[in-house]
Amino acid sequence: MSAVPAVQVHNLRKEFIRRDGGSRKRGRRRRVAALQGLSFTMQQGECLAILGQNGSGKSTLVRLLSTLLINDGGSAHVFGIDVFDKPRSVQRLVNRVSVEASFFKRMSPMENLSYSARFYGMGPRETRSRIPEILALVGFPPERGHEPMEDLSRGMQQKIALARALLTAPVLLLLDEPTTGLDPRSKLEVQDFIRQMREHHDSTILLCTHDMAEAEALADRIGILHQGELLCLESAEEIRQRYHAETLEQAFLNATGRSFEDEDEESRRGVPA
Amino acid sequence: MIRPEQGGALRRELIGFAGIVERNMYLIRRFAWWELAWFLYTVANTLTIVFIAKGIEAGGGHLDVNRTTIVLLIGAVIWSYLGLIFEIVTETVAWERWEGTIEYTFMAPISRASHLLGMGAFAVIYGVLRTALLFAVVAASLSVSFGNADFAAAGVVLLISSVSFIGIGMMTAVLPLISPEKGTQLGFIAQGLLLVVSGVYYPVTVLPDWMQWLSVISPATYTLEGCRNAILDGASVSQMWPDIWPLLVIGGIAVPLGLAVFRRGERYAKQHGRLKRSG
Repeated sequence: MSAVPAVQVHNLRKEFIRRDGGSRKRGRRRRVAALQGLSFTMQQGECLAILGQNGSGKSTLVRLLSTLLINDGGSAHVFGIDVFDKPRSVQRLVNRVSVEASFFKRMSPMENLSYSARFYGMGPRETRSRIPEILALVGFPPERGHEPMEDLSRGMQQKIALARALLTAPVLLLLDEPTTGLDPRSKLEVQDFIRQMREHHDSTILLCTHDMAEAEALADRIGILHQGELLCLESAEEIRQRYHAETLEQAFLNATGRSFEDEDEESRRGVPA
Repeated sequence: MIRPEQGGALRRELIGFAGIVERNMYLIRRFAWWELAWFLYTVANTLTIVFIAKGIEAGGGHLDVNRTTIVLLIGAVIWSYLGLIFEIVTETVAWERWEGTIEYTFMAPISRASHLLGMGAFAVIYGVLRTALLFAVVAASLSVSFGNADFAAAGVVLLISSVSFIGIGMMTAVLPLISPEKGTQLGFIAQGLLLVVSGVYYPVTVLPDWMQWLSVISPATYTLEGCRNAILDGASVSQMWPDIWPLLVIGGIAVPLGLAVFRRGERYAKQHGRLKRSG
């Protein structure tokens, strides 16, 4: 399996149709390119970070790789399997943690983990032992396992989201801003956990983030995604050299002509965050 | 003969199917008080309908109060059952979309057939229990005689008709994917339209000709007729074959058609980025 790239994306394109408001004609439809011919390769066990503003196409990339969107052109393969031709085979290899810890909020962590594990073919006997192990691994207090999700902090919920992803033993883990909105301590815990995943489970990780320090600390290579185009994909040091910058943030600014504090691309382009 | 890899795939699908049932059981348990409140509302709603027969008699009308009350009771109970099936199949998709879990469900390696049939199976199990309880509670508050009613035969008709209802539920379940804001309400419109042509509180013969034609292809027509024949006249399962075979045919068409419609809707949602909570 290691001879085959973990992820191979070639000329991947995705467009959305958006309606312009404000006119008497109740909105003119226009096509907005979310990804414009994206190409890159990831090796097994690699951690690759994609930096970009909201609307730059990061989440679109994650959704395409997790079979939640259908491409408008190009190709994507996960361990040699075509994502769009054989989505079910890819789904067995992939899991995802997004910025929103999406759960049934009235249900408990145990209930949420239990039913979602069933979708990956794990029976009750397997989950009975596996869920407590995983919860211990992510540092979730077992005595809170039966409380409704809505009573847990954002940090706790995100730990459960990580546990949900880990429970299915994915060989490719897609992390879409997993630490956005977390307090500093929770953020460090999640980052530690991502390191453990790499060390102990040999997972291949695609990390989409706003956080430059996080990208530099966790990733082998960093890509800058701007308006659906990958401007570069190399180590943090190489990016700094390429854009004649002392910091990654300055390099990002030089590469895109914008900082994260500027207006989101999302609102300008109409690409989903 | 099933090959080992096919057996593994089948096992995974069955576990996934059970996972859907398990999840809906958790949700019902977590919302138990709301379920109780909703049940009380349904009892009150059903009573307002079944008392119409006595009301007509009190107003000087001449009718067989016992028979009319049971006709109305069966109509109201079937309406409630159908509503529950549609609610579980359609609203769960809307609910998942709202919670954001739909993306995790749709990226999981479980076939859409197992997913939707799992929701349908739960809807039928819960619906039959709730409907039986509703029937018993309302019937107990009325002084009606059921004579030689064959409740088991009525139950068989209800179960067979459930296949068709699940198929139609799958078609309406796609609506929240296409229109997140109004899709669920459109599902209830479909439920209302289905019942209005099916003789829910009246014989279909009173309908205009074009509505009578629609009643022929509505599974609810045969469900209502079958249940009334079993409960009012004590008809056995074999005697109800004229009501059962159309249900089998409609069910055999509705489920594959429902799956195809849902898959089409899912593909549309994936092409246009409609699975997302805010989009």
